[in-house]
Amino acid sequence: MNDKHILKVEHLNFYYSSKQVLFDINMNIEKNMTTALIGPSGCGKTTFLRCFNRMHDLYKNNRYEGKIIYNGENILTMRDSINLRSKIGMVFQSPTPFPMSVFDNVAYGLRLNGIKNKAELTDRVENALMKAALWDEVKDRLNTTASGLSGGQQQRLVIARALAVEPDILLFDEPTSALDPIATAKIEELMVELKKITTIIVVTHNMQQAARISDFTAFFYLGKLVEMGKTDEFFTRPKNRQTENYISGRFG
Amino acid sequence: MTNLKKRKITNIFFLTISTLTAFLGLFWLVMILGDLFIQGASSINWKLFVDDFAPPGFGDGGLRPAFVGQLIIVSTAFIIGIPIGLLGGTFIAEYGRNSKTAKLISTLSDLAGSIPSIVVGTFIYAVIVRTTGHFSAFSGSLALALIMIPVMLKTTENMLNLVPWQLREAAFALGAPYYKVIFQIVYKSASVGLLTGAVLSVARIAGETAPLLFTSLNNTFFSLNITKPMASLTVTIYRYAMGPYNDWHKLAWAGSFVITVFILLATLISRFIVNRRYKN
Repeated sequence: MNDKHILKVEHLNFYYSSKQVLFDINMNIEKNMTTALIGPSGCGKTTFLRCFNRMHDLYKNNRYEGKIIYNGENILTMRDSINLRSKIGMVFQSPTPFPMSVFDNVAYGLRLNGIKNKAELTDRVENALMKAALWDEVKDRLNTTASGLSGGQQQRLVIARALAVEPDILLFDEPTSALDPIATAKIEELMVELKKITTIIVVTHNMQQAARISDFTAFFYLGKLVEMGKTDEFFTRPKNRQTENYISGRFG
Repeated sequence: MTNLKKRKITNIFFLTISTLTAFLGLFWLVMILGDLFIQGASSINWKLFVDDFAPPGFGDGGLRPAFVGQLIIVSTAFIIGIPIGLLGGTFIAEYGRNSKTAKLISTLSDLAGSIPSIVVGTFIYAVIVRTTGHFSAFSGSLALALIMIPVMLKTTENMLNLVPWQLREAAFALGAPYYKVIFQIVYKSASVGLLTGAVLSVARIAGETAPLLFTSLNNTFFSLNITKPMASLTVTIYRYAMGPYNDWHKLAWAGSFVITVFILLATLISRFIVNRRYKN
């Protein structure tokens, strides 16, 4: 396995009960790069994303086949999904601040990992908020409730919360679809910055967004990976006919 | 007559009727409360809360045993009923969600909630009072707890269902185990609703008389022993209102006034909290 590949997906199939929604996916994810997953609604890109942190385990009758290799281990057969989730974080569509203070939100994952030392917590919370470009806006109101922040701030707070536990990989599920253009621009800027410290996989409906922020783009259609390539080549010289139709807006 | 005119007349007709019926409902409520306030407020004095029952004709008696008894019986019911309702509702909305067991419990609980309270009283009478051989405040609390469990359970279920799934997923995605997600995230998000549920279920049982007649019965003396019969406000009101003495009637009015104000306040406060919280 190539060193720069942090994740290796091999022959992944996924089923909701008896309905197969992912078909034989093979893909390598490069370290410190951003990979965008695009495709029309219902193509399985979000389902695919949620395999990486085993989110599907929360619901009954979901079944995986194949492998996702991370650190030499198959994620899909790992016993300890809790440890996995501290290494592979996730940011959702709409902001999900917990009903507690700004500080406690960011400290949540740290406390789950057993960090109780006040000084260390303060340090790492500040650090995470800085990385998420939110520190200047919230440093004077760390103890106020997080629901008072604006939507864009909340989304950056959630990113800070995910960053606090220093994950290797961050999964973004349409992170800007609930935000206005200015907040979206801030999040995009942040994601480009975050590549330095983590690896990003992002599901997006917005092809311009994929083109702007990603290094690699993968196109999904009807549960299959149609094409994946370097983003600049992908959008200028797609190899596959379906990809070309999709990115030129002929369907989807 | 033009179509527009016809529509206008129909509109005025229904507007009038619906306004009148609304006022009719309101009218009786105002009458009842008004009567209660006039009769009750005039009978209220501080001795009501500090004096024990006096024999008829001696005047000057208070309702202290009834107030204290009511407080003990309802608090004990609260301590038994709220945790059971809360945890049951949690099972239905969380661990057992979408399962047949959870749906069955939810439906059965709805049914239990519509059982007349006097039936619950007779049930506890048969199960507890008959087997222990005597009436007791504790059996009264049990009866009231049985009545409040379905209320609390349903409220919990509804309030937890209002918490978006994505919020739970966000906590799971950080590696939180389910019990921590429930206690730290879900309960906290639903805290106002759960609190309201608890207040409403107290309001639901605070005015119950029938189940207490079969369980805690009454006591003409001041008592703090929950294994023995105990006076309660509602049963005392019943006894005094039915009695032949004027003093008793005055005390019954005063007791009714106090308990009504209590329930009214509890309901209003919970409404107020909910409105303030969910306005935005």
